[in-house]
Amino acid sequence: MDMNAYLSMFIDESNDHLQALNDNLLQLESSPGDLSIVQVIFRSAHTLKGMSATMGFEDLASLTHEMENVLDLVRNGKLDMDAFIFDVLFKSLDALEAMVRDITGGGEGKADVSEIVAALKSIVKGDYKSAAAQPPVNTAAGGPAAGAANLDEFQVSVLSQSIESGLPVYYIKVALDKDCALKAARAYMVFNVLEENGEVIKSDPSVQDLEQEKFDRSFTVILISPLEQSALQAKIEAVSEVESAEAIQLDAESLAQLAKPETPAVPQSAAIGTEPQEEASRQPAAAKAQTAAAAPAASRTIRVDIERLDTLMNLFSELLIDRVRLEQLASEIRKPELTETVEHMSRISGDLQNIVLKLRMVPVESVFNRFPRMVRDIAKSLDKKVDLVITGADTELDRTVIDEIGDPLVHLLRNSLDHGLETTEGRIAARKPETGTIYLRAYHSGNSVFIEVEEDGRGINGDKVKAKAIENGILTAEEAAKLTPPEINNLIFAPGFSTADKISDISGRGVGLDVVRSKIASLGGTVYVESALGVGSKFSIQLPLTLSIISAMLIKLGSEKYAFPLSSIVETGLIRKEHILNVHGSRMIQYRNAVIPLVSLSKALDSPDFDESAEEETEIIVVRKGDKWAAILVDEFIGQSDIVLKPLGSYLSDTEAFSGATILGDGQVALIVDPNAMFQ
Amino acid sequence: MAEELKVIVFGLGDEEYGIEVEKVRTIERMMPITRVPKTPSFIKGVINMRGVVVPVLDLRGRFNLPETAPTDASRIIIVAVNEMEVGFIVDAANDVIDIDADTIASPPEVVGGIKAKYLRGIAKLGDDRLLIMLNLSEVLNKNEIIQLELLEV
Repeated sequence: MDMNAYLSMFIDESNDHLQALNDNLLQLESSPGDLSIVQVIFRSAHTLKGMSATMGFEDLASLTHEMENVLDLVRNGKLDMDAFIFDVLFKSLDALEAMVRDITGGGEGKADVSEIVAALKSIVKGDYKSAAAQPPVNTAAGGPAAGAANLDEFQVSVLSQSIESGLPVYYIKVALDKDCALKAARAYMVFNVLEENGEVIKSDPSVQDLEQEKFDRSFTVILISPLEQSALQAKIEAVSEVESAEAIQLDAESLAQLAKPETPAVPQSAAIGTEPQEEASRQPAAAKAQTAAAAPAASRTIRVDIERLDTLMNLFSELLIDRVRLEQLASEIRKPELTETVEHMSRISGDLQNIVLKLRMVPVESVFNRFPRMVRDIAKSLDKKVDLVITGADTELDRTVIDEIGDPLVHLLRNSLDHGLETTEGRIAARKPETGTIYLRAYHSGNSVFIEVEEDGRGINGDKVKAKAIENGILTAEEAAKLTPPEINNLIFAPGFSTADKISDISGRGVGLDVVRSKIASLGGTVYVESALGVGSKFSIQLPLTLSIISAMLIKLGSEKYAFPLSSIVETGLIRKEHILNVHGSRMIQYRNAVIPLVSLSKALDSPDFDESAEEETEIIVVRKGDKWAAILVDEFIGQSDIVLKPLGSYLSDTEAFSGATILGDGQVALIVDPNAMFQ
Repeated sequence: MAEELKVIVFGLGDEEYGIEVEKVRTIERMMPITRVPKTPSFIKGVINMRGVVVPVLDLRGRFNLPETAPTDASRIIIVAVNEMEVGFIVDAANDVIDIDADTIASPPEVVGGIKAKYLRGIAKLGDDRLLIMLNLSEVLNKNEIIQLELLEV
């Protein structure tokens, strides 16, 4: 079987499970007693193990297996979570993530995880408290220890009796072929062989699970059999599609080792009916109900390649163009049936348009959900206490924006943690609660999405920023004196700026913030900071809903049509010829107490059939780039409309003055003017 | 056995030209073209090719031949080279033929005013029929366009 076909699915699903593990572990850390969360975590780990084993990523499978052992003890109430276990589990997750990343990059997913495995094993054995993370003492059998069979008292006594009476007891590990088609049937055949030759005491997974194919490629069996070890192995391997059968003869000592994890259960089972037991039996049931409810929700989505969505979008814009043509034809032909049909089609295509656009929208959650873990780790390394409060994670953004927004946000969050929030002592001294709070919010407003990172830390010291800016030559002392406090705060976005006295390895406030700003700008958004000294700072990012559709003002220039992005338009208006001033040979107009330059679009674009010089009154568009303003003379406004942004193609990619093109309802291409180019 | 080439044949002035069929996406009739200001004059503008915006060149203009008004026979040949899609306006698109790669000879220095580097070679088809094979990556070389723009400014 060609595993490559499933690789991308494997990677996607692994990432989902890793994310779920991360989230749930964090949740568990805040309420360690909640066994239903452990159940969910256990299931994720278990699925991940199964998937990686199927795909042949043995290191992944074995590490998840060890995690599972630990989680199994926890969910059965035999082990209480503590800080050490959490740390080891988080480390395991990091290792798993690294492996999956390696696989994503075309690697084998191999990694040296012996230290983590040793730590996990020591947790299972319960000796980590005395000798944290010491390499485990290998048991005589080696294999069985990893199997951690759950033997009950009865089984143990049967087994030890047979060992005493000289009947060999085998721990058998059977692995089926990778591409075994009917695993349950093969397992059944193996069991037939085993039962003919001895007595099966215990199998892991249970026979029931084996029958329902609820197992990966391998299962283990404990068998009492008079046969020789090699003969037994040969008999099992004779079943077709069995890759290997490993039989290990157990002695009293290794049996005790195997039974060990279960021993604490013995007194518990004797105490049936007591309060904690009831509690424990109820909880797994609750967890099952929970996962059952969650499962259908998960299966209601499918993954689609973004390129296919782009193709869909292109095809759809074709359809829109035909629709306009049909509408024209229908109005000419004037046949009621035709008109009706076309009208119906128009309505449907309108709905379809909404859906096609929505398909590209992804909740910002997919970016946000990696932050709790990150904040936890950084806070721990900085020894600060932090609450991360996330709101609006269901806010949707275009997929292309989602892919890009992660890094800037990571940067801002690190910044808030490292430089925004005071140390615990600092907070106590400032009479603030010991635990700092970082808010991460997302919300829609108009045609934009806002993302805010706010913290209740020390705030930005404006005087220090000013001094630093003058020192770095970003502005002169006179210029600095004119700035308003918000303008001073926003100086931290200037390239090469840092107010941190010491630059730490987490971030320097200002170091790299220029990168954040340029990244956001490349997404068509803006970022600014508000801050009050001693109270906290707030970074706000404003992003367009989508990169592929923008609101624009369509204008006419003689026979030609052009689009101006609405985001860059300050105002539209009319200007009379006599109000145009001449300053040093260039034309200017008065606009709100300022004199701003007047740009002739027809001249700038060498319009073949329009010239405003003859007009008494001309339409203008006022645009703005930073603190510069300009008024652009156009022929006529057509109106505002949402347009689909199309690239001009790589052959024309260096064309100045245009940021792209769009296709109008009549099928014609209209160019989108880049107003920034008007300032040169 | 020599390599066979399938070639789209089109006319430009008195000459016949060829482009390998696998580089040609489609051949379209003339359609409305949106002018793109601030580009060399041989770039006629952009068209809407089923939802994709594609630039269109006048091949005559590209080769410094006198430009003529489009006729009923004029066609736009959409080619794809190096992930770049570009349309060529030609006088007529005539034929699809198979030619023997061996019959392509290296081009003479100047063919009808067209620089040799734009040409891949000349194929002889029968006694008095010559087919000029285009070197598309040179025809679409952007560095040269930038130089042209500098000259025009």
